[in-house]
Amino acid sequence: MRKLDKHLWWALAAALLSAVAFLWASPFLWTLVASFRPEGAGSADMASLLPDLHPTLENFRTALESGSFGIYYVNTLIVVTGVLAVQCVTVSLAGYAFARLRFPGRDFLFYAFLLQLMLVPPALIVPNLRTVVDLGLYDSLPGVMAPYFASAFGTFLMRQTFLALPRDFEEAAAIDGAPWWAIIWYVLLPMAKPGLIAFAIVSVTAHWNEFLWPLMVISSPANQTLTIGLAAFTMGAESGKEWGVLAAGTLLVMAPLAVAFIAFQRRFVDSFVFSGVKG
Amino acid sequence: MSVASTSSVDLALGHRAALKPQRLRLLAYGLLAPSILFLTLFTYLPVVRVAIESLYDKPHGTGAAASFVGLGNYAKVLADPAFRQAAVNNLVYAIGVLAPTLTLALGFALAVQHSTRFSALLRTVFFFPSLVPLVAAASLFFFIFLPGVGLLDYYLGKLGIRGPNWLGDSDIALWSVIGLTVWKNAGYYMLFYIAGLQNVPRDAVEAAMIDGANGWQRLRFVILPALAPTTAFVTVIALIQLLTSVDHVIVLTRGGPSNATNLLLYYIFQSAHENFDYGKAAAATLISVAILLAISFGSLRIMERGARGNA
Repeated sequence: MRKLDKHLWWALAAALLSAVAFLWASPFLWTLVASFRPEGAGSADMASLLPDLHPTLENFRTALESGSFGIYYVNTLIVVTGVLAVQCVTVSLAGYAFARLRFPGRDFLFYAFLLQLMLVPPALIVPNLRTVVDLGLYDSLPGVMAPYFASAFGTFLMRQTFLALPRDFEEAAAIDGAPWWAIIWYVLLPMAKPGLIAFAIVSVTAHWNEFLWPLMVISSPANQTLTIGLAAFTMGAESGKEWGVLAAGTLLVMAPLAVAFIAFQRRFVDSFVFSGVKG
Repeated sequence: MSVASTSSVDLALGHRAALKPQRLRLLAYGLLAPSILFLTLFTYLPVVRVAIESLYDKPHGTGAAASFVGLGNYAKVLADPAFRQAAVNNLVYAIGVLAPTLTLALGFALAVQHSTRFSALLRTVFFFPSLVPLVAAASLFFFIFLPGVGLLDYYLGKLGIRGPNWLGDSDIALWSVIGLTVWKNAGYYMLFYIAGLQNVPRDAVEAAMIDGANGWQRLRFVILPALAPTTAFVTVIALIQLLTSVDHVIVLTRGGPSNATNLLLYYIFQSAHENFDYGKAAAATLISVAILLAISFGSLRIMERGARGNA
């Protein structure tokens, strides 16, 4: 009897959990269903989660044609890779210095870096916009990237990664007369790859999804990123009733990261646990 | 963990005549230089700059020179009903998001901590919202909250319930935005609780079981205290995030109706980007920087532990 009770409880818990999970997934389920639903299906049942019997790609075509999604994709890709490329250099060098070298003011500088985790760039959009204008980077993609070229989070992550590596290889290389850059490039970085990959996942996700800062910096349509395009698209949809097109557009913006996530799930989850401070 | 530890690589590098201690020091500063350059440009100097510029008033578009107004901009901001409303809203928003998000995050973590296929699937479902852009989440919820035909009203209607105007009613709109944020963030914080749960001492839980503690008592008196560092850490990063992301407000409500969903950063954005009142935006920025620093210094130990990768 007790055993039966226990089974019953487990079944109830599993059912409740499944219900919550379904609720959690329902916005995405709707997006999927609605984006393949033909235009003429009638707006009264637009919210239905039941898939339509005659799926169509029409909504995706309309979305791709009405927004300049091609340009937005390219711009977002440029921003994401540009930020990541520069960050990889800055955080590897700084991470190495904090992990392996002794110098006066190390603790002070560590705390100075820590400050960026608190005064995150979005909080400083107003003065940063002025700086970007002063540097002649207004309405340009480098202007969108510049505030992220230094990353406290990346520096700490690389420091942590380097600290966990054995020192024997470096010592051997140093005694053999290898200069510091060769030690970092040929000895440390190959072993630090998991750290760099974790950082890359967090950085790419953050900048693929970013909105407020590019919205401030970019003024001409040719320089807009995906999120800005999607926002304009959403606000434009208020008047019309093209919900299927809106769903298709949203899906187009989310798809690359979603596919990457499903393919490399464990890596993503580990990176994000690592990344707490990035927010 | 101490930052200073004698490095044998220092010694190894130092053995070579080319790298004397002072050159080693120069190398360290050289390696840090690129990071420090960008941190100075976009983190340290902006604070100084915004502090100075908040003391001046420069009328937009008139070409007139900036005039020194002392604390005038602060007086203007603090007297602005929209700012006060934004501050109050942000407080309600922070508490309104934090309490359910932490509860759900812990609940999810407890439910999916075991490595079964079912758990793995649930983990994916709960985490997925934190991967999509806040703007995309706003687009989805724009449709979910649509009066009458939206996802929420459609299914509430099937249950015979007539929903309110989720985004149009000034008493409800902030709670709708809170709902979106809870949905978006709970799965992210779940990850930290899953990691935290692995550090809960197993024998303490077993000892409590032998002493006859039921599930609730084990959670309350053994697991929750052991998770306190995780909760503290998540609270801090959540607070910083709740003060510095307003993408959904921009897309969904533009702070309305009648400032009901105005948040501090949205107020700053609006002052600078739409009303071109730079002095006001600068003063409001400095106020929000002060709040962020207060939160951070109050929790420096927690952040430091996180930064050093032990959270």
